[in-house]
Amino acid sequence: MIGRLRRSPWPYLAPALVLLITFTYVPVGNMVVYSFHKWDGLDPVMDSVGLDNYVRVFTDERYWRVFLISLYYFVASFAQIAIALYFAVVLSFRVRFRNLFKGILFFPYLLNGVAVGFVFLYLFQPDGTLDSVLRLIGLGEHSKLWLGDPDVANISLAGTSIWRFTGLNFVLFLGAIQSIPGEIYEAAEIDGATRWHQFRHIIAPGIRRILSLSFILAISGSLSVFEIPFIMTGGANDTRTFVVQAYETAFQFRQIGLASAMAVVLLLVVLALTWIQRRLLPDDEVTLS
Amino acid sequence: MSTMARFAKYTSLVLASIVVLVPLVVVLFAAFKTHAEYHTTGPLTPPRNWLNVGNFVTAWNDGHMLRGFWNTTVILVVSLTGTVAVGTLAAYAISRFVFPFKRLVLGLFLVAALVPGVTTQVATYQIVKSMGLVNTPWSAIVLFMGTDIVSIYIFIQFMQSIPRSLDQAAMLDGANRFTVYRRIVLPLMKPAIATVVIIKGIAVYNEFYIPFLYMRSPDLTVISTALFRFKGPYGAQWETIAACTMIVILPTVVVFLLLQRFIYNGITAGATK
Repeated sequence: MIGRLRRSPWPYLAPALVLLITFTYVPVGNMVVYSFHKWDGLDPVMDSVGLDNYVRVFTDERYWRVFLISLYYFVASFAQIAIALYFAVVLSFRVRFRNLFKGILFFPYLLNGVAVGFVFLYLFQPDGTLDSVLRLIGLGEHSKLWLGDPDVANISLAGTSIWRFTGLNFVLFLGAIQSIPGEIYEAAEIDGATRWHQFRHIIAPGIRRILSLSFILAISGSLSVFEIPFIMTGGANDTRTFVVQAYETAFQFRQIGLASAMAVVLLLVVLALTWIQRRLLPDDEVTLS
Repeated sequence: MSTMARFAKYTSLVLASIVVLVPLVVVLFAAFKTHAEYHTTGPLTPPRNWLNVGNFVTAWNDGHMLRGFWNTTVILVVSLTGTVAVGTLAAYAISRFVFPFKRLVLGLFLVAALVPGVTTQVATYQIVKSMGLVNTPWSAIVLFMGTDIVSIYIFIQFMQSIPRSLDQAAMLDGANRFTVYRRIVLPLMKPAIATVVIIKGIAVYNEFYIPFLYMRSPDLTVISTALFRFKGPYGAQWETIAACTMIVILPTVVVFLLLQRFIYNGITAGATK
């Protein structure tokens, strides 16, 4: 017995597998079952409703509209990737105070989400930081109700998201660029390549993988935005995102079936996108043993 | 490089730094202002008295921040220890044993990495509830331990760089598999463990959704939810909210300044896997 136990991998694997199955696979399975039922999460009986929940997600404006809100964050993530890429390239060459700039640009990513929410609530207040800065540089007449006006609110929130997450993209790009051997640049420079040529022919191909990964993360990230709108506006003024809506549906209105259907749709979208990415860019590094 | 290009480069860097720092600095200003001063001065005006810590005292006491930090610390320590133990054990089994269904097990971990945690919370909540863990710190602890696939990847990847001849030598000397894990592999895993502790630690410290959902009881506030509570009753007292925000940010600043290099490396190692 002791001999067998010693050679079997299962005692080592058991804790991880039990946690993985209990908190990932069982919930996914349950969620699919719930999505075909009307259930408040408490009643011992669940009423089967067939595809009703899915029909509602796709036909009721309240539910499909939240997909449109994701577009704001999706567009923002392109700006985020562009900004991060620019600074990653700039800071991979010799720059004075390089580490200081690197630290400043990365720092917001480490901050607590609730703290970021409050910092930007303060920034966007009427007569708050943003309005004061605009007045200072002579653009005072452009003050708006940054979070109160439905036309502007999502842009303000998406801007907050850029502020918070650019640092992550930046550090990932920086890491990838620095893994390109330095001699290649030196050789290129001797051959008379300009900075743009270096970027176009050395850096861009060298970080292609992490760049494409960032775009995929941008899509799934913008579909699952929760903290920023939930903390800053509570979903008011047309800023409700998919996850905020699912949270309210499940935990405030106790419509577990409907919320599950929403989550299943979101999960399928994310899995489909990941599958497309794998097809476009077969990833040979993910073989684990 | 031309002077123009150099000028443009530094201007962009300084501008970006201003965009990052100004929102934070004005909150720091507000945290030191008195209530009257806050209402009569603009956000960009520095406080008159940098030693006015009244807001911090109010925030610390009314926000029950001590409890928040204590709960956060307990959850951090237990869930990080758990993640390291569970993760290194699993990685050891996967990288050092030949066994049937290995591909299936690997597949389970890989597919799980694609499921965003936030999508399954509706159903996960029912499971945590049925285990009687809602409104106990264990809800957060098991979820932080159980949903983490990235750390298992990091451990597996690192373990493959440890030569197997070390295992074999120890086993020839009569050590069993567990002794090899405990005495040989685990001590050599320190760099990977540090990476996981850093990236996971940041994530746990900043997590809002899970404690907000699972630990409603006021005794169980962590720093995220303690800060969030200020939203309602203190809506008009921005100087107190500002002080509390700074209290939450301060540990991050300190940790970042002390561990910069490791954090960069950890994030790069963790996110690309």
